[in-house]
Amino acid sequence: MELNLPIYLDNNATTPMDPRVLDAMLPYFVEKFGNAASRNHSFGWVAEEAVDYAREQVAKLIGADAKEIIFTSGATEANNLALKGVFEMYASKGNHIITCTTEHKAVLDACKHIEKMGGQVTYLEVKPDGLIDLEELEKAITDKTVLVSIMYGNNEIGVIQPIREISAICRKHGVLFFTDGTQAVGKVPVDVIADGIDLMSFSGHKMYGPKGVGVLYVRRKNPRVKVTAQMDGGGHERGMRSGTLNVPGIVGLGKACELCMNEMESEAKRLSAMRDRLENALMQIEEAYVNGNREHRLPHTTNISFKYVEGEGLMMGFNKNIALSSGSACTSASLEPSYVLKALGLGDDLAHSSLRFGLGRFTTDEQIDFTINAITSSVLKLREMSPLWEMYKEGVDIDAIAWAHH
Amino acid sequence: MAYSDKVIDHYTNPKNVGTLDKSKTNVGTGLVGAPECGDVMRLQIEVDQESGLISDAKFKTFGCGSAIASSSLATEWLKGKTVDQALAIDNMDIVEELNLPPVKIHCSVLAEDAIKAAINDYRVKNGLAELETVAAH
Repeated sequence: MELNLPIYLDNNATTPMDPRVLDAMLPYFVEKFGNAASRNHSFGWVAEEAVDYAREQVAKLIGADAKEIIFTSGATEANNLALKGVFEMYASKGNHIITCTTEHKAVLDACKHIEKMGGQVTYLEVKPDGLIDLEELEKAITDKTVLVSIMYGNNEIGVIQPIREISAICRKHGVLFFTDGTQAVGKVPVDVIADGIDLMSFSGHKMYGPKGVGVLYVRRKNPRVKVTAQMDGGGHERGMRSGTLNVPGIVGLGKACELCMNEMESEAKRLSAMRDRLENALMQIEEAYVNGNREHRLPHTTNISFKYVEGEGLMMGFNKNIALSSGSACTSASLEPSYVLKALGLGDDLAHSSLRFGLGRFTTDEQIDFTINAITSSVLKLREMSPLWEMYKEGVDIDAIAWAHH
Repeated sequence: MAYSDKVIDHYTNPKNVGTLDKSKTNVGTGLVGAPECGDVMRLQIEVDQESGLISDAKFKTFGCGSAIASSSLATEWLKGKTVDQALAIDNMDIVEELNLPPVKIHCSVLAEDAIKAAINDYRVKNGLAELETVAAH
């Protein structure tokens, strides 16, 4: 096969839309433009029918009932609705939420907001492999705990948390369990019943669907979960999320779910083989480290630190041809290196030196070959330029130097 | 954020990467920044003691493309200057030459610090007073 450039390896940030998804959406912009809430004419009925069908497609992918699917504008909104909605709805039961330090900002910042509203939040530390400690979780539960919020798969390092063990602990203590499933749904089998999930968020654009549409799964039985709406209006989505439904987006999300349902197994096998090949080749480079647990991990993700070279400087060597992201401070607005990598106990230097590879449905073997060569030669070139590499090679203890901190 | 052509050129073809013998009295070494901050620059000057001119300059940098370009440019500018002329190099000259965006100005500051630290090291080695301007950031 021919090599296609540039290569997109940032699929954890967003995925390209599958052309089959676009085909499904197209009629719903101009021709079938109705409002799904218009009950009195055919334009509305056509839109409603399309939404109902998509709801079934989405529900099927995660083993849910269609009535348990609440459409939102994306995972950020769904995360906010789950956390703030549960906090408000269950205020009479308690005000304590447990989450962990490696969650997505949409969860952490919503938790910060809840703290300002009088809530108590426990942020569990993760182990060096990125997984939470189940004993710590159980110890953190109090009689005021209403919700545990632990993500399914991590966006930066790809580790998959022990979801079934977490939900069993929550069940035992009568606490609701919410998981941010954004990176996992469509990539690995997720079953809300078998996994014991009470609420789960996910997004269209991480699974080859459109941007601007996402889902909050809200369990209706055993237990029946309710959330307080965070947006007031026409009472759409069983009163939990008002706002005219994004019919083309929802149709696209439904189609994306159907494709994932049909193709996940073979795709995961193909991507994990490709990912392992990439990882093994890059681990041939001296002083390269994989960040996070390698066994419990999303099939398409790896995060590697190349010690003594800086991530942004490294990317500059190939970013004309390869798109990926780094935990380096220089690539973030905050000038802080990745808080996820720091939570694993990595020093700032290793966090600055990390690259995240997110493979996807359209990644080819030829692209992986090109990436291996480009990254290897960039690392070697930058190490020749790195004073830290020279010191390391001369046996200088870099940590013992009194660095001037800015 | 797109890089300027000059940054890309210095990154792709860095000038004066390397190491001078720091044990020589006419070599001054400056090591600034910190691994935790994502930038470390080591800049060295070699002074021809007859003419008082900087005859050679080398750098090694751990950092982003702008940090590499700033130090590469600094070594180019240092060669052929007297030590006093070198002291006059201002970080804003680097910003202007490389077209650095505001978020990358710290790279030029680091390069200026590295020049001053190297000159200071040279002065101390040769029995001259330490520079007052060398202060930790």
